[in-house]
Amino acid sequence: MAFEGLSQKLQNIFKKLTGRGKLSENDIKEAMREVRIALLEADVNYTIVKDFIKKVTERAIGAEILQSLTPGQQVIKIVNEELTALMGSTQSKLTVSPKPPTIILLCGLQGAGKTTMAAKLAGYLQKQGKKPLLVGCDIYRPAAIDQLKVLASQLQVPVFERGTADPVETAYLSVDYAIHKLADTVIVDTAGRLHIDEQMMQEIVAIRDKIKPTEILLTIDAMTGQDAVNVAKAFNDSIGIDGVIVTKLDGDTRGGAALSVKAVTGKPIKFAGTGEKLSDIEPFHPDRMASRILGMGDVLTLIEKAQSEFDEKSAAELEKKLQSNRFDLNDFLDQFKQIRKMGGIGSIMGMMGVDKSKMTSEEDAEKQMKRTEAIIQSMTMKERHNPQILDGSRRKRIAAGSGTTVTDVNRLINQFEQSKKMMKMFRNKKKGFKMPF
Amino acid sequence: MGENGFWAKLYKGLTKTRESLADKLSSLFGGAGELDDDFFEELEMILISADIGAVTTERIIEALRDEIKKEKMKTADEAREALVRIITEMMSTSEPYEPKKPTVILIVGVNGVGKTTVIGKLGNLYKSEGLSVMFAAGDTFRAAAVEQLGIWAERVGAPCVKHQEGSDSAAVIFDAVRSAKAKKTDVLICDTAGRLHNKHNLMEELRKINSVIEKEYPEADRQVWLALDATTGQNAVAQAKAFAAVSGINGIVLNKMDGTAKGGIVISICNEMEIPVRYIGVGEGIDDIRPFDATEFCRAMIKTA
Repeated sequence: MAFEGLSQKLQNIFKKLTGRGKLSENDIKEAMREVRIALLEADVNYTIVKDFIKKVTERAIGAEILQSLTPGQQVIKIVNEELTALMGSTQSKLTVSPKPPTIILLCGLQGAGKTTMAAKLAGYLQKQGKKPLLVGCDIYRPAAIDQLKVLASQLQVPVFERGTADPVETAYLSVDYAIHKLADTVIVDTAGRLHIDEQMMQEIVAIRDKIKPTEILLTIDAMTGQDAVNVAKAFNDSIGIDGVIVTKLDGDTRGGAALSVKAVTGKPIKFAGTGEKLSDIEPFHPDRMASRILGMGDVLTLIEKAQSEFDEKSAAELEKKLQSNRFDLNDFLDQFKQIRKMGGIGSIMGMMGVDKSKMTSEEDAEKQMKRTEAIIQSMTMKERHNPQILDGSRRKRIAAGSGTTVTDVNRLINQFEQSKKMMKMFRNKKKGFKMPF
Repeated sequence: MGENGFWAKLYKGLTKTRESLADKLSSLFGGAGELDDDFFEELEMILISADIGAVTTERIIEALRDEIKKEKMKTADEAREALVRIITEMMSTSEPYEPKKPTVILIVGVNGVGKTTVIGKLGNLYKSEGLSVMFAAGDTFRAAAVEQLGIWAERVGAPCVKHQEGSDSAAVIFDAVRSAKAKKTDVLICDTAGRLHNKHNLMEELRKINSVIEKEYPEADRQVWLALDATTGQNAVAQAKAFAAVSGINGIVLNKMDGTAKGGIVISICNEMEIPVRYIGVGEGIDDIRPFDATEFCRAMIKTA
């Protein structure tokens, strides 16, 4: 995929920066160009991408960038947060009619997967103790009603159909049938239709007016491209949808259409079709979708991992020390050990946006770390607690003791002082301690 | 219904959506407009909105800029012609298909792209050209898929080889090949179940089906066509690559071109993989299929008849 390497690209852009600090407008522009391509290649609609990039750019140039550990990481976080906000963060449930039956009307283009989804939905509701009735209103596609009947019989859910008779009437009659049969949920499968086919759109409006559905759900193929906005808008404008079902999410598409549809209709995505089997239906998790679209789940996982693996107890201790301003070189040493715990300095550095090409190899990085450890271990406890007392002669002694040079010792002390400053900045941010790298 | 009637229908489809890019384009390419930054920005929007993809769009615009510079073009009219040339060039592998005798066509694709419908329409087209046609109901997975193809077979007046639902698809194809050979059928068109290209087992099944045809019918002209939904976005490239890897693809049928989607993704596929687009589908009616013409496709896409 073209944007498989979005995180890598972002890191390359930021490698000119030393790994922390402020972002210039130019840095952000370059980064946003990559984010834009990633979103477009994920099929998010052109106009939505444009607005999104504008918003993220404004936010990124703002003050909060100061609190970032590395610019790349911060940008990824902002992009992800904004995408999640666009997708919506809470899961949406089906509305249940106070007076049974609850009526669900499915609509969408040809081949979106309505019939399969109707059956999956019936199975899902059945498991929750409901008594669904499936209604076959697709009189156009050959054998569509047969398909619904076969699927229904696998679930042992009843089907109401009248062959190729008027689908509006069929839908209408099905509600009485449901009441008679004590079914509490009616799921109406309709023919696939083009949103620009006026006659067919009138038909579904007529069905809606006859049965007054509790939920009108637009079924949309996760692989849909730029046209998703036109489709969603047209269906929403003409019949007024209540929610969306995204199908075929088990493919490898980034699924930007989901975002487009959400953005253009403002309606929640309620379910996702995730496989060939009738049980392959899941409530939709909008937050997960954001990172899928971005194609950077891996990086986000790393960020989460860094936050959670950092031992909570020592984090709390550190917090205390920071508050009383007692963070010293011993604590600094501890942190190096924490990094080891997270497995491989290379991946952490990569995640932090450290330039991998500068870091000749992972072994080199390990060596660097060992050297740092040796330097600190060559200090007396007093020196570790009070680095201020490290004068020239002490530094010379430490360099000799650790087999390094005075320059190395100086660099370490600078690093420590900078980390201390960074930590103070985070002190006010309660949630999530971050590595002072 | 000649070519003109069809393209007229396609244009009509395009104009149905007033707010769609067609109108924007006619204003963009409205004759003597200047070739400034606005022009290129708008052009970018039009191309990306047609699902051509950000990267390919960039490439096309770069080529157009070069051309404009080289030929010292001044007006949008000239640029439009250059654009059509550039895109047509990218799709140069596409050519009309003439079935040989005998031919076996295997239709593959992900779920819901319209494989079965395409088979019905193709069968009718070849039949009207005086060829004998047979169908093979190779989609043994989806409920009632066999019935669906059976109904098409009746409409077309072609025999349809079928087994029960849930049976082995390769076995159906094997029987169909035998039957087509025995009856000296000109064109055998085989349906397959829709499968997402990242499902390993299903893709392996397809490999097996394809090798059955290869082994059993070496004398036939073997066509494997990927059915694509014009509504599909960038994922179509991944689909083409995955299907090409297991069964080889020597053609694309671009379906559902009667909506507002432009199917621009085939440009990337044609260009990168050198797979010709054979036909486009423009509806669910039995006649709603036409040979693909790259230049006409581009013109329809940017509405400059």
